[in-house]
Amino acid sequence: MNTQVMTKVADPEELAALQTRLQEEGVGGGSRIGVCATGCRAMGAQALAQEFRDQLAVQGLDDDVSVVETGCHGQCARAPLVLVEPQGYLYGKLKAGDVADVIEKTIRNGEPVERLCEKVDGVAVPAMADIPFYKAQRKEVFRDCGKVDPKHIEDAIVRGTYQAVAKALTEMTPEEVISEVTDSGLRGRGGAGFPAGVKWNICRNVAGDEKFLVCNADEGDPGAFMDRALLEGVPHQVLEGMIIAAYAIGASRAFVYVRAEYPIAVEHATMAIEQARALGLLGQDILGSGFDLDIEVRMGAGAFICGEETALIASLEGQRGMPRPRPPYPAQAGYLGKPTTINNVETLSNVGSIILGGEGSYSAIGTEGSKGTKVFALAGKVVNTGLVEVPMGATLREIVFDVGGGVQGGLPFKAAQMGGPSGGCLPSEYLDLPLDYDSVKQTGAIMGSGGLIVMDEETCMVDIARFFTEFVKDESCGKCSPCRIGTRHMFDILQRITDGEGQAGDIDRLVELGEFVKEGSLCGLGQTAANPTLSTIRYFRDEYEAHINDGACPARACKQLIKVWIDPNKCVGCRVCLDVCPTEAIAGGKKLIHVIDQDLCTQCAECYEVCPPKLDAIVKLTGKEASDFESLPAPVLYTEWRQKVGAAAGQPGEAEGQ
Amino acid sequence: MQDEMVSLVTFTIDDREVSAFAGMTILDAATAAGIDIPHLCSDPRLAPTGACRLCVVEIEGERGVQTSCTRQVQPGMVVRAHTEKTFALRKSTLEMLLSEHRVACTTCDMDGGCLLQDYSYQYQASETALPNIALPCDQDNYSAGDKAIVYDASKCVRCQLCVRFCSEIQMAEALTLRGRGGDVEVTTGFDIELNESTCELCGGCVNICPTGAMYDRQAMGMGRPNDLVKVRTTCSYCGVGCQMDLNVNPKLDRIVRVTSEVGVVPNDGNLCVKGKYAFDFVHSPDRLTSPLIRENGELREASWDEAIQAAAKGLVAARDEYGPEGVAFLSSARCTNEENYLMQKLARMAGRTNNVDQCATTCHAPTVAGLAAAFGSGAMTNSIAEIEDVQTIFLIGGNPTEAHPIVGLGMKKALRKGARLIVADPRVTWLAARADIHIKHRPGTDNILINAIMNHIITNGLHNEGFVRERVENYEAFRENISSQTVEEAAEVCNVDADLIRKAAEWYAEGTPSSIFYTLGITEHTCGTENVQNLANLAMLCGQIGKESSGVNPIRGQNNVQGACDMGAMAKMLPGYQKWADDTVRSKFEEAWGGVLPSNPGGTVTDFIEKAGEGVLKALYCFGEDPVRSEPNTTKVLKELGQLDFLVCQDIFMSETAKLADVILPAACFAEKDGTFTNTERRVQRVRKAVSPPGEARADWQILCDISEAMGYPMTYEHPKEIWEELSSLAPNLAGISYERLEAEGGLQWPCPTPDHPGTKFLHGNVFTRGKGLFHEITFREAAELPDDEYPMILSTGRTLYNYNVGNMTRPTLAVEAKQPENFVEIHEKDAARLGIKHGDKVRVETRRGMITAAAHVATKVRPGALWMPFHYEESSTNYLTNDAFDNITRTAEYKVCAAKVEPAP
Repeated sequence: MNTQVMTKVADPEELAALQTRLQEEGVGGGSRIGVCATGCRAMGAQALAQEFRDQLAVQGLDDDVSVVETGCHGQCARAPLVLVEPQGYLYGKLKAGDVADVIEKTIRNGEPVERLCEKVDGVAVPAMADIPFYKAQRKEVFRDCGKVDPKHIEDAIVRGTYQAVAKALTEMTPEEVISEVTDSGLRGRGGAGFPAGVKWNICRNVAGDEKFLVCNADEGDPGAFMDRALLEGVPHQVLEGMIIAAYAIGASRAFVYVRAEYPIAVEHATMAIEQARALGLLGQDILGSGFDLDIEVRMGAGAFICGEETALIASLEGQRGMPRPRPPYPAQAGYLGKPTTINNVETLSNVGSIILGGEGSYSAIGTEGSKGTKVFALAGKVVNTGLVEVPMGATLREIVFDVGGGVQGGLPFKAAQMGGPSGGCLPSEYLDLPLDYDSVKQTGAIMGSGGLIVMDEETCMVDIARFFTEFVKDESCGKCSPCRIGTRHMFDILQRITDGEGQAGDIDRLVELGEFVKEGSLCGLGQTAANPTLSTIRYFRDEYEAHINDGACPARACKQLIKVWIDPNKCVGCRVCLDVCPTEAIAGGKKLIHVIDQDLCTQCAECYEVCPPKLDAIVKLTGKEASDFESLPAPVLYTEWRQKVGAAAGQPGEAEGQ
Repeated sequence: MQDEMVSLVTFTIDDREVSAFAGMTILDAATAAGIDIPHLCSDPRLAPTGACRLCVVEIEGERGVQTSCTRQVQPGMVVRAHTEKTFALRKSTLEMLLSEHRVACTTCDMDGGCLLQDYSYQYQASETALPNIALPCDQDNYSAGDKAIVYDASKCVRCQLCVRFCSEIQMAEALTLRGRGGDVEVTTGFDIELNESTCELCGGCVNICPTGAMYDRQAMGMGRPNDLVKVRTTCSYCGVGCQMDLNVNPKLDRIVRVTSEVGVVPNDGNLCVKGKYAFDFVHSPDRLTSPLIRENGELREASWDEAIQAAAKGLVAARDEYGPEGVAFLSSARCTNEENYLMQKLARMAGRTNNVDQCATTCHAPTVAGLAAAFGSGAMTNSIAEIEDVQTIFLIGGNPTEAHPIVGLGMKKALRKGARLIVADPRVTWLAARADIHIKHRPGTDNILINAIMNHIITNGLHNEGFVRERVENYEAFRENISSQTVEEAAEVCNVDADLIRKAAEWYAEGTPSSIFYTLGITEHTCGTENVQNLANLAMLCGQIGKESSGVNPIRGQNNVQGACDMGAMAKMLPGYQKWADDTVRSKFEEAWGGVLPSNPGGTVTDFIEKAGEGVLKALYCFGEDPVRSEPNTTKVLKELGQLDFLVCQDIFMSETAKLADVILPAACFAEKDGTFTNTERRVQRVRKAVSPPGEARADWQILCDISEAMGYPMTYEHPKEIWEELSSLAPNLAGISYERLEAEGGLQWPCPTPDHPGTKFLHGNVFTRGKGLFHEITFREAAELPDDEYPMILSTGRTLYNYNVGNMTRPTLAVEAKQPENFVEIHEKDAARLGIKHGDKVRVETRRGMITAAAHVATKVRPGALWMPFHYEESSTNYLTNDAFDNITRTAEYKVCAAKVEPAP
């Protein structure tokens, strides 16, 4: 990296000149190996980057090729990911042993390493742009993530970050900025979808000698990590949005409130602030506009509730993170009792392009009521788990199938949980619903921060409700009675149902409790805590009834309601399941039909997972079938058994010794 | 004036049109209008939090329900508090709360006083509607070892009132929450034992708890609310005069616990450790229960008749043989107005002497003298309730968060409201540690500091010229006197940063409004009266007096030291600060009392002791005082009192002084009699009998009547009310106050000249009591005894939060002893290091007058070279050390400065 000691940029012209100079120096261009060192770090990405550097050095290529530790590329299912430029090849699941091949084939010869590429119908697709996962997306907020080096402000500047700051601060009044953002239709990406411009306008118009802006990076929804990825991958884009927002509301101090469990985000945000300050993009008289702003990073201790605005403020003040009643709203009395605007990371990351592109280009994307793109954290039973960005109004089908590559293992799609623990489940009948704030809300779910968990037929909806209710029960701050106690009782009932101890009236009790918690709770957490339960009851009531009335889990997921059984007509005694059983509950031997000792079995279903698909001999039984089934008393030779029951049982497989 | 600025809002609640002050919550407005909305987490003293969700109401035009405790009334708002929906929600919430509550009403101390129980009954909520998920009740927690407070998480409704009280009002920050969701419970930081935490044992957490989760440990099993009778009375410790309810179990004839009601004046339901917990002395087995007479050197029990006759005989003998200077009467600032009135009447009419005094001499006599000289009245100029609105607090020589904790709460509230705080104190007190400016000056240098402040104010034209011109006299001489008093010189002498002095001067002068507060750090000096006069100078110079939240505010030390002075229990004054030398006054009293008033000059308590030593004073009637413990230089006091021919002591305990007595009369304590106390803000308040005196002990007023009669001057009253009627008819400033009014209106602040007068909130409004204020020319002089090579350190003494004066009332309380079990000396860490003393070590503190052993408290609370000790411990009595050098005007001793040395105890 061609890092020079940079002096402060005094005005927009100097910023433009710096960008030009960096472009001329080739900053951010040339031959680059971009290793995702944020999300992929857990898969050994940093060692991989070092391996690239070492081998490039050995080969004398280190002056010509730069190895850049970037932010998230999005397709996390293939971690660790490496983007090779200028070819644009995206390699996945790399190991140290692959490095030599990449250098040899791609760097030296410009050819793809096919085994590291995404395959479509068995054919390698080397270029990122051609991969269906990316083709079906529209990257606006994430356009630079994975491409720039988040630790170097030059990389951001060369790509035009902070140009929007220059424009807003020197060519626009705060009111103009607000009206631009209002007209763009940008809505808060933290969950509720409140129009950002309106929020700013309220704060601007409240009298106060001191105002504050807070970037809410306390992302807590299980599975959601787009805010983390933005702070880690494009911190300057976030700062850009913050500077403009602070200018709009009239704040001269701002905070990035980020959870301590995001150490890379903390590191990158801190670094970015220092660099921006050194360059004069923070501090006194930014770009000669007369506007002063400083930003500091504050770490939260990881309580989910601290993502709630008033709890976040309490935490920021050094108090226990508990929500406060509203009104007064943070815009009236927030941090230290002063007017405060809190925006989510993704919201702020949109601001730069709105200011630069003008209202028209942003609002051209999306639906009538929801403009721009939305980032989803795609998880669960989907092929391409990861971060995806689509225009507002994209359908669930497009996201799950076109981008996500469909359900893992090809099972039927059952539902998607949207909006995390505050959200709800969308069943398959909504696959073609164009997703935006308003349409999702009508289904009983919420857009939320964009968590999207795909569920297949083997996902039990009662168990999902139980899972999320446990989460909110544990994360309830304990302040208000309905949330603290109501979620606990709801969880207890759901736990009972999934344990096979459901009672008549449980569903009504859950609905009653859920409505009470929703109506009576103090903050958003409590008010939405019942959503997973209420929405699954709404769409999958039959599953609840099956649990309670028939002792059956239709998805065959609830351990207390299933029995794992080996079909003697299919088992060939291959011993695969026998070897994986953790409780040694499976008796049998080579060519002996295996038998599960139900007293020892814990229904972990490890055996079910490993039984060769062509045999498909292990079955999860539930309800009546579970109580009625008959097991062989002891292992018998499968050939003898076949003779005994006759050919009707079908052909034995050839899986021996696999 | 401020009231006019508060606008009224009219809104509708349950179809009734109701007016409320703007800014009021719906809940408060409804309550004021008599509409009951249930609530568990709301308290008018605390910021609303909206936790329990019981107070939900519907507001027209808004979705769902809103908590009425968090929403302010708006004009035209239409609120429905009692609808089917709110009823159902409240019932469900109560059933939720019952499900996480160990419903143990049969054994709960709060059965009958529990809000959860009341509301559950009212809403017919069932404890079986939901499975019970209460936390276990047998878990040890932070309160397990505490002697005062017990917390049971299984009964906790998580309203957080206790935690919020602890941080918002008391600002002790001892309590917090731990856990999330249903695991939330109250604890201390890191779960340390309560006694090891920053808890100040104010008991606010217990008083505010709506259920039985927080309770007074000693009261457990001693009676449930329905078994107890609450007797409203006035606290008998410091001069704040808190209104509290003695919770008496009539079956046991015993005070079980103490509570206080929100809204009472002056303490608004708040108490300190002493008011809340230090009542065990009432039922102490060490109380005096029978009259005692000394015979052949030994004390023996005697009948009342015998003792009264013996006492009267001894006093009469001295009176008749040696005249008015041969006999003296020491009245008691611990006792009621009525009793003080009787004592001075007894002294003057039966004793025929003006030798009557009380402990004001020990503490605030310089205030009475100094302020009277400057303003014409020696009392605190403003009210306690005004403190929270002071914008610039100048606190000098005072430690209210310990010595006057409820005044301390007022200052804490002022800080929360944004007041600037200037503290001048040699010690880092709680408030000093939080002050914007802390002038940590050398003990005994107050006057040069104040002079420099005033010099800086005048030099920079910050004084209030108009006020000075129109309302004060002697300005030129005063100005001339301090014209050469530079800030630099004062900084040098006081050993502080000159800039702090300048800043303090500017802030005080410009404060809107500023108010001065002080206590014994100002008065207990050989220049005590001058110190007070100089503070009066400062206030007048800046015009920071005679208005709301602005004035000169001495905070009186003893519960009724104000009253004892008001009652004329001092040589120079008759009741109502009327001079006996004045003929009109004299004839009024002679007519009323049916006799001739004495005309000897009389002396102070310090004079009595000295005169006893000289053989001039022969007999002393000592009532509710322990001069042996409380006067300086104990060795000398013992010797001097030993010279008396005859000593009568009337007390509740066998005090050190009583041990010298010839006759000892057992008295009822404050909880065992009726009467009135007058607090530091001139508020006359009722004292009510709650329990019977132990053994044969009797109310002091009854004993005084008997003694008087036996001395030949009969006084007969059926009830203290009759005494009050007599005294108020003689003291014009109290004339409008009657028992009937006190019953109906609570306390009343004098001057209150007529029955329709509302009492006086602050003094010197348009005119000073003496007409014009008077500037005094004060010149700095050093304390009587300064450090030297032999005694290189400065020792100051004072009061702590947990104990009170000679300690005999506070120390019987287990919780107090656990918190502060032994005498200690504060020493700066630098001195400690030099002397090889570690925190907790036993050290020997020595002065020219004596030597005692105490535990070293090593920190940076005192200045290097300074020592500080309390004087609460009989076994290590600090007044063996203090200097018997006195204020030249009032004879108050210089407890705050003497030369001392300290070394590790052998």
